[in-house]
Amino acid sequence: MRHRSLIILTTVLTTGALTLTACGSRDDNSKGNSDSDSKTTVVIGVDAPLTGSLSALGQGIKNSVDLAAKTANKNNEVPGIEFKIEALDDQAVPASGQANATKLVGNKEVLGAVGPLNSGVAQSMQGVFEKAGLTQVSPANTNPALSQGDNWGKGDSKRVFKTYFRTCATDVVQGKFAAQYLYNDAKKKKVYVVDDKQTYGAGLAAIFSTEFKRLGGKVVGTDHVTVKETDFSSTADKVKSSGADSVYYGGQYPEGGLLSDQIKKTGAKIPTMGGDGIYDPAFISASGEANDGDFATSVGYPVEALPTAKQFIADYNAGGYKDPFAAYGGYSYDAGWAIIQAVKAVVAENDGKLPEDARAKVTEAMAKVSFDGVTGKVSFDEFGDTTNKQLTVYEVQKGAWKDVKSATFED
Amino acid sequence: MNELPQQLANGLALGALYGLIAIGYTMVYGIVQLINFAHGEIFMIGGFGALTTYLALPSGTSLMVVIPLMIVGGAIASVAVATAAERFAYRPLRGAPRLAPLITAIGLSIVLQQLVWGFYPEAKKPRSFPEFQGESFKILDNLYLQRADAFILVLAPLCMLALGLFVAKSRSGRAMQATAQDPDTAKLMGINTDRIIVMAFAIGAAFAAVASVAYGLDKGQINFEMGFILGLKAFTAAVLGGIGNIYGAMVGGVVLGLAEALSIAYIEEIPGMQQLGGGAWANVWAFVLLIVVLLVRPQGLLGERVADRA
Repeated sequence: MRHRSLIILTTVLTTGALTLTACGSRDDNSKGNSDSDSKTTVVIGVDAPLTGSLSALGQGIKNSVDLAAKTANKNNEVPGIEFKIEALDDQAVPASGQANATKLVGNKEVLGAVGPLNSGVAQSMQGVFEKAGLTQVSPANTNPALSQGDNWGKGDSKRVFKTYFRTCATDVVQGKFAAQYLYNDAKKKKVYVVDDKQTYGAGLAAIFSTEFKRLGGKVVGTDHVTVKETDFSSTADKVKSSGADSVYYGGQYPEGGLLSDQIKKTGAKIPTMGGDGIYDPAFISASGEANDGDFATSVGYPVEALPTAKQFIADYNAGGYKDPFAAYGGYSYDAGWAIIQAVKAVVAENDGKLPEDARAKVTEAMAKVSFDGVTGKVSFDEFGDTTNKQLTVYEVQKGAWKDVKSATFED
Repeated sequence: MNELPQQLANGLALGALYGLIAIGYTMVYGIVQLINFAHGEIFMIGGFGALTTYLALPSGTSLMVVIPLMIVGGAIASVAVATAAERFAYRPLRGAPRLAPLITAIGLSIVLQQLVWGFYPEAKKPRSFPEFQGESFKILDNLYLQRADAFILVLAPLCMLALGLFVAKSRSGRAMQATAQDPDTAKLMGINTDRIIVMAFAIGAAFAAVASVAYGLDKGQINFEMGFILGLKAFTAAVLGGIGNIYGAMVGGVVLGLAEALSIAYIEEIPGMQQLGGGAWANVWAFVLLIVVLLVRPQGLLGERVADRA
C-alpha cells in the first residue's frame, strides 16, 4: 500500500516536472534545425528572467533577439553564417546569471550574448564574459557603474569590462532627466524617495535625489522596501504625514504598482514617479485604476513612434510570439543586431569565413558598430554605453501609459 | 500629526492576515508535527480560485454578493489542493523520518507555484483582483481605516471564534484534540485519525482562502509568488505565538504585524538609529523580536497550553 502511494506520488511529480519542461522548451525545438550543410552556425546567447515575476520583460527580450537572428538568416545578412539563439533563464537571480554566463562561455559557437535584464545580475556575469573575451550586450541594464566603474560619480569614469556593451541609456541620464521633469515641468518641489535596495533601484534613486536637490527641490524623506513583499502601508503613511507633493520610486513594477496604490489609498493624492523598471502595463493593471497621474521615464523614444520601429513591430507580430515584446523588445533586437553586425564585419575582413579568434575580433568590431536600429542610431562610446541619449516621460492616463515628453538628454 | 493610531491599525490588519494564514501551519503541526511549507501556495491557490469565481460571475454583481461566493470558490480550490497534497504527498510519508515530509513540502510548494505560473491564464504577471470602491472610513483625525482593512479586522475574529467553538465543543473538534495529544491512543478509542488529519489540512486551507480574498481585496492584485513571503511570515507568526496553539497563531500574527508597522515608523526616530529604521529593516526587527521571545519563552507566547493544541 505504502509503496503504491509512493509510486503514485512519484508519477504525479514526474509528470508535472515533464509537463513543465516540455512547456519551457517548446520554442527551442521548433526553431533552427535548418542550418544547411555549408553554413557555419553562430549562436547568440540570451540571458533574461524567463520565469518569475519579471518574466514578461524577459520573454520579450528572448523573442526579440530570436527575431533579430531569424531576420538575419532570412536576409542572408552575413553570407555563410546561420544565426541561432540559446536562451537561458536567470530568474533575476545573480547566481543563476553567473551560471548561465559560464554555460554560454563553454559553448564554442557562442560569439555574443544579449542580456541580462537586471543590473544586479549583470554584475555577476561581467567577469565571466571578460575572462572568455565574449561580447555581452545588455538591452536593459541602466546602472552606470557597470560600464564606468564604481567611481563614476566622482568624475573618475573608467571602463571596467571591455566586453560589456549596452543599448539603453544609463541611470545617470535617466535619473537626472526624471528630476528635471518633476521639478521643471510637473512643478513638484517636495519629493519622498523610496527604493528597493537593489543595484538598479537604489542607484537610480540616489542619482535622482542628487539632481532634484541641485535643482532646488527638497527630499522630505526616504524609505526602502523589500522586493517581493506586498504590504507597504506603513511606508505609505509615512509618505502621507511627511507632506510630500510627489514620490520617486527606484525599483521595478511589482512593488512600484503596489506602493503607488497604497500611497493613494491613504488619501494622499500625489503622483509616484519611477524609472523604466516601472514602465510596464502591469504597473497599472496590478493596482487597479487608481494610479492616473503617475510618471515613468524610459530610455529612447516610444518604440511605436519611431519610423525605424514600424518594421520591427510588424515583424514581431508576424512572428507569432506568445508574449508581447514589452519594454525592452526594441533594445533587445538592436542588441542582437549589433552582435550580428559585428560578426558581419569580422567575417568580411577574413575573406568570408570566421577567424580562429572570432570572440576577440567580435569584441573589437563592436566598438565600430553603427546602424539605424529599432530605437534610433545604435553605436557605442568609449565605455561601451550607447551614444543614444533619447528619453521619454510617460504618464498614466485613463489606465494606460501615454508619452508626455520626449527629448534628447542634455546635462 | 501623530501617526501612532494609523500605524497600529496598519499593523493590526497585517497581523490579522498573518494570523489567518498561520492557522494552517499551526493546525497541521499540532496534529502531525509537520511544517507544511506548501501552505503559502495553498493560500495563493485560494486567491486564484476566488479570482476564477469572480470572473465567472456576471459583471456588475454587488460586492456583497460576490465576496461570499469568492470565499467559497477560493476555499473549494484551496481545500481541494490541500487535501490532495495530504493524500498523495504527505500520507505516504507518515512513518518516514521528519525531514522527508518537510522536503516534500518544499518541493510541492515549487510545483504548485510553477503550475499556476504555467497554466493559469496570464498568471505570469500579477492579475488584478476586485477592490472595494469608495473612500476609507474616517475614525479619528489621524486614523483612517481602509475598507479592506476593516473587512479583515471584522472577519478574522469571527473566523477565530468559529474555529475555537468548533475545536472545543463539536465532536470532531474533540476528536481533533485527542488526535493531537496522542494519535495512537485516539485511534484505539475509535477515532478515524486519517479523517481528522485531512480535516486539519482542510480547515487550514479554508482559512488561507479567506485570507487570500482579504489580501486580494486590499492589494487589488494577486500573483503566483505571493504565497512564499506571506507563508514564511505566517509560519513565523505561528512559532511566535506557540506552534500548535490556534489562538497563539492569531496572537503571533498580530504581534508580528504590529512589530513590522511600528519598526518601519519609529525605529528611525530614535537618535542614532536612523540607518536601522524604515521598511528595509522591518523584517530584521520582526525576527529580533522572534528571537527574544523564543529566548525567554521557547514554547512561544501561548505555547504552554499543550492540552489545548489542535
